[in-house]
Amino acid sequence: MNELLDMDCKQLREAIAAKRVRSVEATEAVFEAIDKYEPIIGSYISTFKEQALAKAKEVDGKIAAGEVVGELAGVPVAIKDNLCTTFGTTTCASKILENFHSPYNATVIEKLLAADAVIVGKTNMDEFAMGSSTENSGLKQTVNPWDTSRVPGGSSGGSAAAVAGRLCFAALGSDTGGSIRQPASLCGVVGLKPTYGRISRYGLVAYGSSLDQIGPVTRTVSDCALMMNVIAGHDEKDSTSVSESIALVCNYLEKLDEPISELKIGVVPEFVAGGEADVQKATAEAIEVYKKLGAEIVEIEMPHFDYAISAYYVIATAEASSNLARYDGVHYGHRTERPADYIEVYSKSRAEGFGKEAKRRIMLGTYALSSGYYDAYYLKALKVRNLIRGDFTRAFEKCEAILMPVSPTTAFRLGEKIDDPLQMYLSDVYTIAANLAGIPGISIPCGFDESGLPIGLQILAPAFAEEKLLRIARMFEMQTDWHQKKPAMPK
Amino acid sequence: MAKRIDEALVRKVAKLARLELADSEIEEFTVQLSAILDYMEKMNELDTADVEPLAHCLPISNILRDDSIKASLGTEKTLANAPQRDGEFFKVPKILDDGSAA
Repeated sequence: MNELLDMDCKQLREAIAAKRVRSVEATEAVFEAIDKYEPIIGSYISTFKEQALAKAKEVDGKIAAGEVVGELAGVPVAIKDNLCTTFGTTTCASKILENFHSPYNATVIEKLLAADAVIVGKTNMDEFAMGSSTENSGLKQTVNPWDTSRVPGGSSGGSAAAVAGRLCFAALGSDTGGSIRQPASLCGVVGLKPTYGRISRYGLVAYGSSLDQIGPVTRTVSDCALMMNVIAGHDEKDSTSVSESIALVCNYLEKLDEPISELKIGVVPEFVAGGEADVQKATAEAIEVYKKLGAEIVEIEMPHFDYAISAYYVIATAEASSNLARYDGVHYGHRTERPADYIEVYSKSRAEGFGKEAKRRIMLGTYALSSGYYDAYYLKALKVRNLIRGDFTRAFEKCEAILMPVSPTTAFRLGEKIDDPLQMYLSDVYTIAANLAGIPGISIPCGFDESGLPIGLQILAPAFAEEKLLRIARMFEMQTDWHQKKPAMPK
Repeated sequence: MAKRIDEALVRKVAKLARLELADSEIEEFTVQLSAILDYMEKMNELDTADVEPLAHCLPISNILRDDSIKASLGTEKTLANAPQRDGEFFKVPKILDDGSAA
């Protein structure tokens, strides 16, 4: 494989700016890798070779002419296919949107383009971001680059597999209940779910609107900070994006390498002892790394954590059932061939266009919101959500960050959980609380199990504390070399 | 909490959601949704009588902006993805009968 591909975004950006590497070379290297490995990995729904090379050439030209270029100048990146783009299709990996051409770009896409990034393609995902394995894609299968008989995680599985497999230098994903952190963990890369409101959701196809957040999937914590510099900030097109008066956007790279002194890290003993034996061991070892770095480990309690899955799957599905009502076969998306009447335009188009998990969640959400069940499920879940947020508020009075596993297991086998939705939901146990509380969380590589599958460490921080969170993650990265391991790509 | 979900209720919910489900799907969802809802009963262990519901986590409430005219997508872009169109309109099957059955 081309050695260029082992650079991280920061190194590549510097090499391109210093004219040691041309963006066209890096972009061609990515497409060579895609030609070779994509038939096995299946991380992309669509790629844009011509457009990407044209952009790379443009950036090379600007640099040759001594012009000022953006923070990601010439760096080939991928984006999850639930982000609207005026080029290509925006499918959400759903048959209902298979031929949908967005009339506008998501704000994060505009920001990537303004930063002179080269957009390589759009990545596979669980349909409408509903799932934890990418097996719910209605369009194709993605496998884990570390073991092609296993899932890449989900729902941003295509983004994580592409970053791990060197089929791009970084990617964007979205995280509603762990959809960035869990695939990052299962593919051995870095994934950040920022605070709700930190990044504009304008142009992110909605799943669970009070939980969804866009974030980076990268190979290093530094790249994650670099991507945040590009995408974070207020956007008047998204009224839930928080204004600078509430939380200032900062330069996440500026102090990244400065360790936090007198750091207090919270751990919940039963979470450290949860999950598979290899996950437990890696988490315990990660705690030791922080101890050696001088951090004080504080025991904390999260008494309502056990109820997070229940609350999440009520709230997320309720919001989904409402958000997905827009796929009506009228304005865009699939319409059934010969509807008998207008009701069938809705009911048949939706039946034909949605996959099983999307239908299941629409059903669950519709039930939870329907007359007679609203108080018992939806209202109850919102109250439980408040209790979970309270757990975090109290925990963060005693510590600055919380460590726990990302996923109780490493990558599971394709097909292993697909027929048992509840088991699939339970695999989100450690990630969903952050979405319910709106706080940021990162997954960083912290080891491998005995079959050589990557394990991720999750670090959670208070709302809008991304700068500190990234620095805490970087402290670990500087002490370890897990992030430098790469999969032996399949032949 | 609520009564267990059965096939009749699943059919009713499918109708509310405008999803035409095959009988096999109704059967499958009845079993799966029952298992998921049983699991969710766990929430009833918590006394939430004095807890406020939390709809979102942001420290913001109403967001206001100037009521000013800005450029919109325009007709062509708006209709570009329509499954069927008629001139400047989205086209759908007849909703009202010709008059015989009002």
